[in-house]
Order: sequence, then C-alpha cells, then structure tokens
Amino acid sequence: MSMRVTVNRELCVGSGNCVATLQEVFDQDDRDGLVWLRVAEPPESLRELVEKAVQLCPVGAIEAERRTTAR
Amino acid sequence: MPNIDISTLPAYPFIGPEDNPFIPVKSSDLERLDGSVGKVRLPFGGWAWLITRHEDVRQLLRHPGFSSDQYRPGFPVLNPIPPKQDDASGLFIFMDGEAHGRLRRMLTAEFMIKNIRRIEPLIEETVIEALERMRSLGAPADLMAEFALPVPSMTVCHLLGVPYSDHDFFQHHSRVIMDRNSGPAQIEEALGALAGLIGKLAEAKRTAPEDDLLSRLMIERVVPGELRIDELVSMAMLLLVAGHETTANMIGLSALVLLEHPEHLAALRENPDLAPGMVEELLRYLTVVRTGLPRLALEDAEIGGQTIRAGEGVVAMLAMSNRDGVVFPEPEQFDPERREAHRHMAFGFGLHQCIGQPLARAELRVALVELARRFPGLRSETALADVPQRPMAVTFGVAELPVTW
Ligand code: HEM
Ligand code: SF4
Repeated sequence: MSMRVTVNRELCVGSGNCVATLQEVFDQDDRDGLVWLRVAEPPESLRELVEKAVQLCPVGAIEAERRTTAR
Repeated sequence: MPNIDISTLPAYPFIGPEDNPFIPVKSSDLERLDGSVGKVRLPFGGWAWLITRHEDVRQLLRHPGFSSDQYRPGFPVLNPIPPKQDDASGLFIFMDGEAHGRLRRMLTAEFMIKNIRRIEPLIEETVIEALERMRSLGAPADLMAEFALPVPSMTVCHLLGVPYSDHDFFQHHSRVIMDRNSGPAQIEEALGALAGLIGKLAEAKRTAPEDDLLSRLMIERVVPGELRIDELVSMAMLLLVAGHETTANMIGLSALVLLEHPEHLAALRENPDLAPGMVEELLRYLTVVRTGLPRLALEDAEIGGQTIRAGEGVVAMLAMSNRDGVVFPEPEQFDPERREAHRHMAFGFGLHQCIGQPLARAELRVALVELARRFPGLRSETALADVPQRPMAVTFGVAELPVTW
C-alpha cells in the first residue's frame, strides 16, 4: 500500500519544515527554495512522518490522501 | 465597533514575574483574562483580542483575512513604530499578499537547509572564536555581551557576504542597535551606518560578485531590474534586525536554562546528538517573541468561537500557545525529550513564519554544543531571581548573564 502526496507550490513559502521532517519525500528547488516532491507515492511506512510534515507546514501546502491498491 | 470601557481591560503586553525569566505571564494576569479569546488593553491606545490556544493561533496565522501591515489605521501596535520611511521598502515582514510574496520568494532559496549547511563551518568558527575570546578575558564574564550577542551578528555577516575588513564596523554598529542603553538617535545613526555599508558592498558586488546573498540578489535581481537597490538594502537590514536580537536572546536564555539544569548541560556534553531535540524544547519553553504577533482583521472572521470584526486587532500570543496543555502535556516543565516539542510556534506560523529558522536552529545547536564542550565547569554568578530581565524589549531576554567556569 502507498499513499499519494500532493504539494501546492503557489502556497509554499519555503519554510523548509517538510524537508527537515522527511528528506526522502520532500525537497526544495535550488532556484526558488519552494517545495518539490521526490516521491509522489511514498510507502505506507512513512505515513507518520508525512502526516507530521502536513501538520507542520505553516501554510497548508501539503496534502496526503490514503490510496488503497485493493479495489 | 461597539463601545468598550478600555480602562477595565487587562493591560498588555503581559510580563512574567521579576524573579523567574522562564515564566512568560504572571498568574494574576492569567486570572484576569476572559476565556481563551479575550480583550486586552494595548500599550499605545485601543484594545485587541488576545488569542492564546495553540489551535486558535494556528488558525489565525493561516487565515488570509488578517494583515501584518502595521501602518494601516487601527493596527494593534505593540512596539513603538517609526514613521513610514523610504528605507522600509524591503521590510516584507510588515507586508501582505503579493508584495510580501514577491520579496520573500527572492530569499527562500538562500535559507534552504542545504544552503545553511554550507555556512555551518563559518558558524562553528564564529562560535569557537567568541568562546575562546571569552575564556581569554577571564572569569567572571558576561555571556550575553561576549557570546550571545556577537554570534548572531557575525553569522549575518557571513550570510550577506560582509568582507573580513568590515566585520568590526558591522559588529560595532549592530551592538549599538541592540544595546539597551543606546538612545533613539544613536540607534538611528547605527542603522544608517549599516545601511550605508550594505549599499556600498552591494555596489562592489555588482562588478565583483562572490558566493554570498548580496552578490546573488545584486546579479540575479537588481541587475535585471526585478529589485530596486533600496529594496535590497532594506531587506538585508531586515535580516540583520530580525535575526540578531531573537537569536541572541535565545542563546542567552538557553544557557541560563542549562545552568539551572546542569544535568542537561552534562548530557549535551556527553552526547551532542541531543542538541536538535533540546533546541526545539528551548524554543518552545522560552518563546522569546513574548509579546506575540499582532494582526489587523480585514474581514469578519471566527477564531476560537469568537467573531472578530473587520477593523479589529488581534494578537497571537505565542508564549501561551506554546504552553497549551492540549498539545504539550505538563507545559510548564522543561523537558528536552518532549516528543511533541517540534509543534511549538516560536517561529510563528502561516505566510510569515520565520524564514531564518534553519539558520537560527544551526546557530543555537552549535552554540550550545560548543558551550557545553568547552566550558565543563560553567556556572552562573547570579541567582536566577536576580538575573536582570529585559521584559519590554521586542524580544524577551536577559540583560546580562555573568558566568564563571
Ligand atoms: C531563535 C531565533 C528566531 C526567532 C525566535 C524568530 C522568530 C520569528 C517570528 C515569530 C517571525 C514571524 C513574524 C510574524 O509573523 O509577524 C519571524 C519572521 C522573520 N524572521 Fe525570524 N526568528 C529568529 C531568527 C531569525 C534569523 C536568524 C533570521 C535571519 C537571518 C530571521 C529572519 C526573519 C525574517 C526575514 C522574518 C519575516 C518573514 C516574513 O515576513 O515572511 N529570523 N521570526
Ligand atoms: S513546509 Fe510547507 S511552506 Fe514549508 S517548504 Fe514545505 S511545503 Fe513549503
């Protein structure tokens, strides 16, 4: 099972909290310092840290939704 | 606005008891507050809603209907503000919307964690130099003057790209700005001298750019016409002012906490990897921006069940939300192992959340680790109750911290 994460670069203010929380998933663009995703569908094992990043983002630019592979 | 008898409201900013710098609000003030969102009387006239719960402060600071522009009529002013001047053109901390985003986004890449790592060796050098200088002056020494104050201003020097030959000039004038004994005219003069230096350096970097913030903004923004030179100078001054007193007071108060809890100072000496967690808890526990963050409502909004009307002022009381028991169990306890410490809002929240936080964290971490390592016998010369405080400054701190070793 994996989870889908989306980021909104329009909202991002480059605080870097997400990168500090989970470098495997989040990074900042070298040119503008705004967020980008290394992995759009991180494994379920990272859920707790992804949710921490969602909570710490000061502008609500990160969303995580559950995606089940089973239909 | 309904008629309110302002004289009966609790006077704000609150200050803590004189004998304990770690308590942000006196219990007598807490008792007078009318619920988690209550009215307080402001120091320069008028009143504002004080927002105290963690969840409500988060909601407020993320709400698009509140302005940071302290020059708008009705803004809940907490500190005396200078008349609007031309040299305020880069102070995006007081701007809203597009104007704020335009300038902040020119700096976000500079403060990325990976770029801060590049200047970390310079921070280490600065910290070690200041500590060894303090040692050579001999005990007792004032840790505020010899260590807490010079480290952040030197760090801003490195960040901006102030050359070695101008360091003394920069340090001297930064010190005057932060000195509680400086009069308004002296501060004005020191600010002018620093702005003059930054303008001169920026011009020099136009033809001889180096690997620093001023050079990059000059070449990438000013030369192509995206940024005016006065905006660049004013932004650089904002970085100095916003990054100096805050970080200096955090270093000083953190040292005081560790002197009061020698077991944590010893633990840090044994295991420097404890530093990042300890720094988060210190940021929460100390919350140096004690007067909180003022905002003006531009539209009607509901915060914490209270309707705030357009035109009313609010203050996000960071020090109280960082002690909200709903989020931080036993909030009055300093606990470096606290799991939820990172949820503090000592750097604010929302669009204006501190852009300098990766730098501030690096400075605090390096400063505390080296202090613990190099001064194993560090002791305070003064009882906690007698350490002189600076309660009414923009950021809270101690005026001096005499130590011996
Ligand atoms: C421990 C030290 C620090 C603390 C506690 C702190 C705290 C804060 C807070 C609470 C805000 C939000 C203000 C608001 O929302 O109105 C802020 C904004 C800001 N800080 Fe810091 N700060 C620290 C260090 C630094 C450093 C080292 C720098 C840069 C060198 C810096 C530069 C800024 C700037 C430029 C802003 C304005 C951001 C914006 O408006 O978008 N700060 N800081
Ligand atoms: S935490 Fe939010 S604002 Fe900060 S860099 Fe990540 S996405 Fe951007």
